[in-house]
Amino acid sequence: MALLEVKDLSVVFARKGEREVRAVDGVSFDVDAGEVVGLVGESGCGKSVTSLAIMGLLPKRGVRVSGQATFDGMNLLQTDERTLRDIRGRDVAMIFQDPLSSLNPVVPIGLQVTEVLTRHRGMKGEAAKKEAAHLLERVGIPDPTRRLKEYPHQLSGGMRQRALIAMAVACAPRLLIADEPTTALDVTIQAQILELLKDLVRDSGTALLMITHDLGVVAGMCKSINVLYAGRRVESAPRRVLFAQRHHPYTVGLLGSIPRLDAPKGEKLRPITGSVRDVLPWAEGCAFAPRCFNRVDRCVDGPPELVWTAAQHGYRCVNPVMEAETAK
Amino acid sequence: MTLTGRKKEKIDRLGELAGAPEESGQSLLREAFKRLRRNPAAIAGAIILGLFVLIALFGPFLVPHDPVEPIGVDNGEVRSGQGIIPGISGEHWLGYDHQGRDEFSRMIVGARQTLWVGVVATFFGLAVGSLVGGLAGASYGLGGKWGRRLDGFLMRTVDILLAMPSLLLAVSIVAILGRSLLSVMIAVGMVSVPVFARLLRGSMIAQSSSDYVLAATALGVKRNKIALSHLLPNSLAPVLVQATLTLATAIIEAAGLSFLGLGNPDSAAPEWGVMLADAQGFLDVRPGLAIYPAVGIIITALGFTLLGEAMREALDPKLRK
Ligand SMILES: Nc1ncnc2c1ncn2[C@@H]1O[C@H](COP(=O)(O)OP(=O)(O)O)[C@@H](O)[C@H]1O
Ligand SMILES: [Mg+2]
Repeated sequence: MALLEVKDLSVVFARKGEREVRAVDGVSFDVDAGEVVGLVGESGCGKSVTSLAIMGLLPKRGVRVSGQATFDGMNLLQTDERTLRDIRGRDVAMIFQDPLSSLNPVVPIGLQVTEVLTRHRGMKGEAAKKEAAHLLERVGIPDPTRRLKEYPHQLSGGMRQRALIAMAVACAPRLLIADEPTTALDVTIQAQILELLKDLVRDSGTALLMITHDLGVVAGMCKSINVLYAGRRVESAPRRVLFAQRHHPYTVGLLGSIPRLDAPKGEKLRPITGSVRDVLPWAEGCAFAPRCFNRVDRCVDGPPELVWTAAQHGYRCVNPVMEAETAK
Repeated sequence: MTLTGRKKEKIDRLGELAGAPEESGQSLLREAFKRLRRNPAAIAGAIILGLFVLIALFGPFLVPHDPVEPIGVDNGEVRSGQGIIPGISGEHWLGYDHQGRDEFSRMIVGARQTLWVGVVATFFGLAVGSLVGGLAGASYGLGGKWGRRLDGFLMRTVDILLAMPSLLLAVSIVAILGRSLLSVMIAVGMVSVPVFARLLRGSMIAQSSSDYVLAATALGVKRNKIALSHLLPNSLAPVLVQATLTLATAIIEAAGLSFLGLGNPDSAAPEWGVMLADAQGFLDVRPGLAIYPAVGIIITALGFTLLGEAMREALDPKLRK
């Protein structure tokens, strides 16, 4: 059984007097123990909402969550808040997109790290401080004892994200959810942080749910990849399978819109036109149809079913791309 | 708009300042301090307050005459019943008061009680208001349905206090508690309780939807810990600004209570409000006796207001260029 099994997860924002927003719509995927799984899609497609729903961090009011998110045999969506608070940070931890705003500006880094150690590992005083310094060192922060006394604004963006990673891995969680952990950082720093995450999960056997809008950046580290569009999973496959063959035009565009140095000469870039706002409600057909280069009339006949191939490759498209990309 | 509505709006506006999300708190405070030092109004306020505090602390040891002994009556200079109260002289810089005591010494010594009442009353209001507002804000921001109910209950109670005219409220409290220095402090402090409560609550609610609270929750940090070590330190700035402004009104209100005869029953202890009240009967003979304490109250209140308003401006991201 997988470590995390998300099944038919739906999240609907329904505030009084506002139009309902179906941010996540029947999404399913698995994360095996110690494995890195990618969750990819443009901004606004429901990645953050998915991760917050799994963690039980969505606001309680005006939100309807349905489906299952089974972690280690326990459905997190049905678990009471008290138990969830014990699980968070200890068994499942999360890293957010913006390291500056994710740290408390008026509390020294050290206190924020020891807080987690006190909460889940019962460490106090000198022992906690020592362990905090050790953690900072482990995530590659030089001179950790000095850094512990500093405030978030005294650290660089990369250092802040490292500090947040240190807090997230402080209790050696079995699952780490990273929601666009490098989006707010410079390109050179991005690579370093990804390298750090890769090393950490490999060394400690932590499973990683890697959320990103930039498939090219993380593709290399994921064992399998799920592509989200307008709240639904439109394609899912092991990395090698997906790289050899992408069936959904959206995924083709998503990978095609990243220039690759090793691309054969003359290969055309195929950027996705329009924006995620040009969506069709799924009930009326494929939500991607208005932006799709492969559109046919059948696309708007009704919601496309998820089709599975023999190679564990699923796609939700009535007119998929079938020939290998490089053959074009 | 009703008066209560206007009051509420003013308080909430200040509360929002704490929730300016793009700023990091530390550098925000440092920036604010820099702006403060460049603001002439802030400097003027700080100088006035510095002098006032120095006088209040050390003045009583340096005064030329005993502020309580009626010296002028003993040597027959003052006969207030006959309208004879000598004015400014080389010996008595502000003349005598109606009981033949040295007015200058009384002004200096009076500063101490005025400051003391203001500070204790403001501190009382700050403590009680922060307790109520902090509890309400934390339960609204972090708690579920029951948190909202507790917040609703606390804030409706506070709204009742806020709806009452402040002097009326203070007078009623002194009437209930009986006349004493302590009840003046409590009465004046009580008036500012709803302001502090509303302010801290608003600022904590604004903070509770911030990313670092979400991040701490995602690490399993408990709610009371989040409230105390994350929400509170980030919500205090506007409350401290308000405390400075409240010192001004507290001093005026304390003087007002004294003026109404509800102040410190120990009438020998000089206090500007009492001195103002005492001077009423001698306005035609020696108007100065009313003017000196009035000017003292006005200048001190002005000092606190200048500094407080400058602090508010320095913290307000929308007023910044
Ligand atoms: N608190 C909220 N209330 C209403 N709608 C929301 C809320 N949070 C997110 N959404 C909507 O859900 C959709 C998915 O958002 P999100 O998961 O943040 O996207 P992303 O993939 O960029 O992380 C968006 O259309 C957004 O407008
Ligand atoms: Mg997001």
